[in-house]
Amino acid sequence: MTKPHNSSDQPSKAPAEKALSKQAELVQKSLAKRYAAEKRFKFFGVASIGFGITALLVLFIEIFGGGLGGFRQTQIQLTVTLDQDALEIYDATNADQIMAGDYTRVIRNGLKERFPDVKGRKDKRDLYGIISIGSTFDLRDQLKANPELLGQTLTLWMLADDDVDTYYKSLSGTPYAERMTEKEQAWVQSFIDKGEIKKVFNTRFFTDGDSSEPEMAGIRGAVIGSLFTLLVTLLLSFPVGVAAAIYLEEYAPKNRLTDFVEVNINNLAAVPSIIFGLLGLAIFINMFDMPRSIPLVGGMVLTLMTLPTIIISSRAAIKAVPPSIREAALGIGASKMQMILHHVLPLAMPGMLTGTIIGMAQALGETAPLLMIGMVAFIMDVPGAVTDPATVMPVQIFLWSDSPERAFVEKTSAAIMVLLVFLMVMNALAVLLRKKLERRW
Amino acid sequence: MDSTVLVLAIFVLGCVAYMLGRSRSIAVAQNVGGVRFLNSLPFYYGTLTALWCALPCFAVFVLWTLFDGTIIRSVLLSSLPPEIVNGADNIDLLINQIHNVAQGSAGTEPPAYMVVAAERLLSLQQISRWALTGVILVCATLGTVFIWSKIHSQLKARYQVEKVFRATLFLCSSLAIITTVGIVASVLFESIRFFAMVPITEFLFGLEWSPQMAIRADQQGSSGSFGAIPLFTGTLLIAAIAMLIAVPCGLMSAIYLSEYASNRTRDIIKPMLEVLAGIPTVVYGFFAALTIAPFIRELGIDLGIDQYLAISSESALAAGLVMGVMIIPFVSSLSDDVINAVPQSLRDGALGLGSTRSEVIKQVVIPAALPGIVGGVLLAASRAIGETMIVVMAAGLAANLTLNPLDSVTTVTVQIVTLLVGDQEFDSPKTLAAFALGLMLFLVTLSLNYLALHIVKKYREQYD
Repeated sequence: MTKPHNSSDQPSKAPAEKALSKQAELVQKSLAKRYAAEKRFKFFGVASIGFGITALLVLFIEIFGGGLGGFRQTQIQLTVTLDQDALEIYDATNADQIMAGDYTRVIRNGLKERFPDVKGRKDKRDLYGIISIGSTFDLRDQLKANPELLGQTLTLWMLADDDVDTYYKSLSGTPYAERMTEKEQAWVQSFIDKGEIKKVFNTRFFTDGDSSEPEMAGIRGAVIGSLFTLLVTLLLSFPVGVAAAIYLEEYAPKNRLTDFVEVNINNLAAVPSIIFGLLGLAIFINMFDMPRSIPLVGGMVLTLMTLPTIIISSRAAIKAVPPSIREAALGIGASKMQMILHHVLPLAMPGMLTGTIIGMAQALGETAPLLMIGMVAFIMDVPGAVTDPATVMPVQIFLWSDSPERAFVEKTSAAIMVLLVFLMVMNALAVLLRKKLERRW
Repeated sequence: MDSTVLVLAIFVLGCVAYMLGRSRSIAVAQNVGGVRFLNSLPFYYGTLTALWCALPCFAVFVLWTLFDGTIIRSVLLSSLPPEIVNGADNIDLLINQIHNVAQGSAGTEPPAYMVVAAERLLSLQQISRWALTGVILVCATLGTVFIWSKIHSQLKARYQVEKVFRATLFLCSSLAIITTVGIVASVLFESIRFFAMVPITEFLFGLEWSPQMAIRADQQGSSGSFGAIPLFTGTLLIAAIAMLIAVPCGLMSAIYLSEYASNRTRDIIKPMLEVLAGIPTVVYGFFAALTIAPFIRELGIDLGIDQYLAISSESALAAGLVMGVMIIPFVSSLSDDVINAVPQSLRDGALGLGSTRSEVIKQVVIPAALPGIVGGVLLAASRAIGETMIVVMAAGLAANLTLNPLDSVTTVTVQIVTLLVGDQEFDSPKTLAAFALGLMLFLVTLSLNYLALHIVKKYREQYD
């Protein structure tokens, strides 16, 4: 910092004092520089934290800003006649006839009546395109529930096509009309003028499975698939992880084998998740011939992936139980197994559960290994068991983000919001559990 | 019977055996003067009986389920007319067709021999199921009767139960070894098959990667060229960009939080940074592809960079930037640990000598914590190299050999995903190449992890 000062160069009455003041001067001079360096350093610290937080905020604003629209959908009011001849249904109580009915024609007739001056094949096709194909299913369900509606004329709110939906939602800002012809825009305007178009809460998003039509696609199938996968993961990884942690903390002798197990666990915790996918593909699917795309295999792969996390946190929880408890139990005649099961395990349980929940949250957000074992297939049905083909929420997000339709962008953001809510709940649960139940010794 | 039903049945049988063993031990105890004269508590006699009943059944069940498919298949094949078996190019396809016919899902009218085979398959499966049920019942009865007859007041039931307990715990902890062995075996065997088709030197040093198209149709392994250098450079480029963001940011955040910030600030900021670590990577990927990549592209074009360099809409910069943000909390929490492990006395000494705080940090704390920080950085690098979803969604598929961060590059993980998603046969070099890439990825990350853990461990002991 300061240079060594040679006082003998300067003959003086009080060389030491002079030297000291000279040194102080030098220190004083350098102080400004040092303080500036200090400020700079501190600024770098604040700046990097600021960068992290800004990135977080931008991410959230981007996702939430884009995703809120996904929870709303556009509906168009249309008057249709459930004409027997058009539908080719003559007995509304006959289930086969109901299933085979030509609902599309009914909706087309309604549209033709609404816009009588539309002529030409292409224009007509465009016109028919503004109502989603999903409306035909709604119409069918309605007729099935109330057979007396056959032959009546109804005014109904119908699901709009995704292009109309995107266009209508964008009207409040800069209109996005790249996939809308001017005539289509005029039709939408005419609906707006008569108040025959509205945005409602998108219940379909929560009750339906995936679909290739953005306006009909829902996240229910992926949520259920995620739940099944997590269930398998939990049932396998929690007992095995806790058992492994007990062995390593309470039983394992200090030898090479134990060291090897520990090195393995630590390494597995840092192995890229996609490698576990390769393992699942080669061992479970290729060797044991298990079916692809099922939550059972997905859960098994995720179990292997989350086990290290659970083992490490469970070991920490067991370590935190004071030795006096163990000695007291052994002292009054408990066997080692009794000591563990009756005393150590209950006391360590909150910590183990916290670690498990964090591991489950990790598993819930994991995508790459599940792509490997084929959980990336397009599946419309909501799975009903762990052996049904299914997809999971992160993979659904990946699939939708890959879809070319613009309407899927807001669906993707909406699905991400649902996923984040699940993750937040799980993490909050872990924090709560830790605060409520963990004992300090 | 269904597998689930069988497992449930084994469980119920175990419960019954528990009751039997327990009551037997109590009955035995009556003769010697009460339960307290037994070697163990009645609970242990019951558990021992249940174990003797359920464990053999379970073992039989697992072995049977593993092997009955293979056995049925060979019986089925031997029952087929030999000219059909010899004439078929693909035995697996034949078996699959028979399975389809058996499930009634064959599209067209199947040939007569196939209908016969399908009926035979169904009856074989039926026999297998019933035989399994029978064997399990016999096992359960034999095990229970054997141990039931052995129960007397001197039987060391608790000792034996605890031995089983301990063995189970050991098995569970050895699953970590089994997993590692499984990973190594799965990637290694497929890689060896791959290197039999494509020379390892071509894979490691080749400059061209195009597994999709046939370039030289006359050659074995003709479906493309498998030079992995562009993938390695692409991976390293993106990882390097990520580390360039994450290391300074993460380190400085950790330093600020542990050395400057007040407790209150730390309590607010730290969880916020940790939220970054909890966001699924698929979300980052979506963010990178949808927001950052177009932004960088437009910025580049506005600045006129596109006249000198290629700017892709799937730039390495976008993927690397977002990946860097993802890794910040990882670096920061690891460095936080090691910085906090530096004894306060070192800081106090340096402050006492008149250093400013930043001088203490730069000249005392960081040098003391350096091994731990290096370890953390290595772990972060291993994470960046193995990260999949961000690059799958935001980086490209084109294997360009370039160092231009604005161009599109592809990575090892992207190629693994692209090659393996969808149906694939396990004998084409295209599929096997993914496993060879997986082997490379595993080896690199494993050595980085090992090195990092070694350094961190060695360092941690220093101040304890």
